[in-house]
Amino acid sequence: MTNTWQDIKNANVVIVMGGNAAEAHPCGFKWVIEAKIENGAKLIVVDPRFTRTASVADYYAPIRPGTDIAFLSGLMRYLLEKDAIQHEYVRSYTNASLIVQEGFGFQDGLFSGYDEAKHGYDRSSWDYELDENGFAKSDDTWQNPRCVINLLKQHVSRYTPEMVSRITGTPQDKFLHICELIAATSAPDKAMTSLFALGWTQHTVGAQNIRAMAMVQLLLGNIGVAGGGMNALRGHSNIQGLTDVGLLSNQMPGYLSMPYDREPTFDDYMKTKQFKPLRNGQTSYWSNYRKFIVSSQKALFGDAATAENNWAYDWLPKLDIPLYDIIKAFEMMNNGEMSGYICQGFNPLQAFPDRGKIRRGLSKLKFLVTMDPLDTETSRFWQDFGPQNPAKPSEIQTEVFQLPTTCFAEENGSLVNSARWLQWHWKAAEAPGIAKSDIWIMTGLFQRLRELYRKEGGAFPDALLNLTWKYTDPRQPDPEELAKEMNGRALADLTDATTGAVTKAGTLLDGFGQLRDDGTTASGCWIFSGSFTEKGNQMARRDATDPREQGIAPNWAWAWPANRRILYNRASADPNGKAWNPKKPVIEWNGTKWTGVDVPDYGPTIKPSDGVGPFIMNAEGMGRLFARDLMVEGPFPEHYEPMESPVENVLHPKVSHNPVARVFADDKANFGTPEHFPYVATTYRLTEHFHFWTKHALINAILQPEEFVEIGEVLAKEKGIAQGGWVKVSSKRGEVICKAYVTKRIKPLTVDGKATHVIGVPLHWGFTGQARKGYGANTLTPSVGDANTQTPEFKAFLVNVESTTAPVTA
Amino acid sequence: MAMTRREFIKFTGLGITASSLGLLGFGAAGVAQAAAVRPFKLTHATETRNTCTYCSVACGILIYSMGDRAKNAVSNIIHIEGDPDHPVNRGTLCPKGSALLDIVHAPTRLKAPRYREPGGTDFKEVSWDFALDRIARLMKDDRDKHFKTTNDAGTTVNRWTSTGMLAASASSSETAYLTWKVARSLGMVVFDNQARV
Repeated sequence: MTNTWQDIKNANVVIVMGGNAAEAHPCGFKWVIEAKIENGAKLIVVDPRFTRTASVADYYAPIRPGTDIAFLSGLMRYLLEKDAIQHEYVRSYTNASLIVQEGFGFQDGLFSGYDEAKHGYDRSSWDYELDENGFAKSDDTWQNPRCVINLLKQHVSRYTPEMVSRITGTPQDKFLHICELIAATSAPDKAMTSLFALGWTQHTVGAQNIRAMAMVQLLLGNIGVAGGGMNALRGHSNIQGLTDVGLLSNQMPGYLSMPYDREPTFDDYMKTKQFKPLRNGQTSYWSNYRKFIVSSQKALFGDAATAENNWAYDWLPKLDIPLYDIIKAFEMMNNGEMSGYICQGFNPLQAFPDRGKIRRGLSKLKFLVTMDPLDTETSRFWQDFGPQNPAKPSEIQTEVFQLPTTCFAEENGSLVNSARWLQWHWKAAEAPGIAKSDIWIMTGLFQRLRELYRKEGGAFPDALLNLTWKYTDPRQPDPEELAKEMNGRALADLTDATTGAVTKAGTLLDGFGQLRDDGTTASGCWIFSGSFTEKGNQMARRDATDPREQGIAPNWAWAWPANRRILYNRASADPNGKAWNPKKPVIEWNGTKWTGVDVPDYGPTIKPSDGVGPFIMNAEGMGRLFARDLMVEGPFPEHYEPMESPVENVLHPKVSHNPVARVFADDKANFGTPEHFPYVATTYRLTEHFHFWTKHALINAILQPEEFVEIGEVLAKEKGIAQGGWVKVSSKRGEVICKAYVTKRIKPLTVDGKATHVIGVPLHWGFTGQARKGYGANTLTPSVGDANTQTPEFKAFLVNVESTTAPVTA
Repeated sequence: MAMTRREFIKFTGLGITASSLGLLGFGAAGVAQAAAVRPFKLTHATETRNTCTYCSVACGILIYSMGDRAKNAVSNIIHIEGDPDHPVNRGTLCPKGSALLDIVHAPTRLKAPRYREPGGTDFKEVSWDFALDRIARLMKDDRDKHFKTTNDAGTTVNRWTSTGMLAASASSSETAYLTWKVARSLGMVVFDNQARV
């Protein structure tokens, strides 16, 4: 989230599209109701199903799964055509005026530079024209046809209301009414907030769905302001933290990148990370990258990381491919390329697409380790549970270790919420039996491996042997010590260049502004710097005071970066430093510095007249309506059909799907076609359940005891399916036999003139826990991911459904 | 007056009992009888601030446990409710959070390490030493066999692709950081979390 949960109350319009906050995030959703009651806000919901969020909406429109980009591109076309954009914001704070290179273009569904053989783009033409100083050329009059704003107008011109309706199935009048409601927030003192979740990410075009709305928000001047922003309502309690700390194949803590084979030396690695400003005098904060990476290496390897060994650059593994994500991991397992797999609090047999493929992959491993408080399906993949998990244990040679861990109530530590707050929590009891913390278990493995390498030698032990491990109890590091290590320390006396203040060696740092690239500072995760200082554990703060009741609560816990609660908040004020919305200012220029209810996301004393753009993490300092080369499928979002779609792409039938989606050959062979699988399916979550955990909790297992699919009345009638009757739902990959819940919440959509039915597939059941046994939605879903992030396409795929009889064993 | 929440509840709870009984017209005998009634059980529970383990709203919760954290007293969690001071949830919880007690005490909580041999038909309980020694051995053997120090071009790559790991998105950031350190120091690159699901 760019903003906070409570800040939602400041919105004038709330759009929930790509999510269902009322059911998935009920206690956060109350701030939407607050906005409606206290601020007169209008709630718009666009969703394939009439969800509980829709039931309290001021306006609801249905949409076919996987067509959000067409809807949002049509919205952008409307805003530009009606001139319902916030002009001064767009002109001063976005890259609308910048001029794009001549070589860039778009034709028949493809941007310039496509290489069919590689299923990828040469993205070199997707950039600005630069002047002799290396700065981006611009035309503030917007006369140049190659200005970003003109290219955008041209790009979205195809998305007329007729076309939008033809693709999405959303009736034209509903689409236009929503456009009108949204356009009203182009007024400088009005804001719309966008709330979204997996409904947008779990598509082959997931990242572009979100980009499309971010562009809408930039056109409306809704980023950085109170009641605005792009608010990803994240799932797990610390998924934000796991992402921040970089537990992803290509990431290091604090959004630093892992090195690639193409960067043999540290200098090569740093070459692509200069982040030289693209406008004269612009702050480009990532130009401090070297300070962050050197401080990170010092935290990891201490005295062993030196200028002479390039800060132990070679001790980091290098990647030969963009990502070793989980879809790739299971492809490798199925190809016999993996021996071992460790699942720490993760249940891939339930959570990842094409369950059959997951089971076959695990069966080929030499060893599987699970670490979990609960008895997960993954840890029992080898056991026969009937049709829900058909397995022949005698044929599966995988050694399996099921390690019991503590749960949230049994440990200290911090979790990062959706709004980037690091909240410390405290242990209330011991774990049951001899269950142990993940910290204890990982340390146990580490110490044993280190000992084995000391005794026996073996493959490249240097990084393992030199890893810092200066904890009071080396067998079980205290979470506070780890938090301090992430925050960072001075390794030598540091003198501040401006104030002359000295930070003594060994002192905890106050923030990442103190980090150096000469080895005199260490910080394990630079964005967390400031969370645990000499003043104490800032994450443990519990002062709910909220100046002007504006939803900031700056002294409750701590937010990264720098305890900033609203990202890009410089953009909440006009170029002269006055709040766009005088009733809800975030920060303003007082003549000498920026002040307000939040920590400025900007140099605190940079004068408005200096013209430094507010988006200081971007080299041009501007919000990007044109993404340069940062998205693999193009600098503008384009509508591509889901991999399994009931219709062809009417805009460009030859390029129907995302042309750069990574598809493994055997997965491609497992895609179904509308002849055999005529209905669109979309997975979803129930308010009574959290993924595959709560079926272990008695009350939740009672509330929603068994697997079902949701089918609209029209389709149910057509197929002779009774309320509560048994159905067989099948895709190219497998079948689920469960009960049908026939509802009025899903109605057929007219897509390109044809009736299109959507089926809802909740995903919570498996074969362990207290609820009844279920097959799991991932029995049906295709193994293909978003082209940028590899997030699996769980929200749009094809199935067939037939009435059947109750299973004998049910 | 410095007072913990627990003391505050105890103080006001007992005060209300006595005074309201008085208002209802009970005499001294009635008050004596009221004193014999077991006081509200949370007044003698230990209260711990925590965060709901489910979604990323991160609702504040209060965990009540029996046992005063003395050396030999085993804490037992008896109740969990929303933290009324929390600026986001303000004491409320959803159908998932309201049932947190049931997940803490789920019958399928694991209590001891278990091991399943190749081709085995069941788990058997094992010691931590057995489990960790054996896993470390399997990891090292695989790593020594498949670790790649250089690629075909001779570039130092120091990566290990034949053993991978999924990290837990409900674990703390401190756990995450330690896990990152261990995995990367081994050269592990097949490494992911629940960010996508």
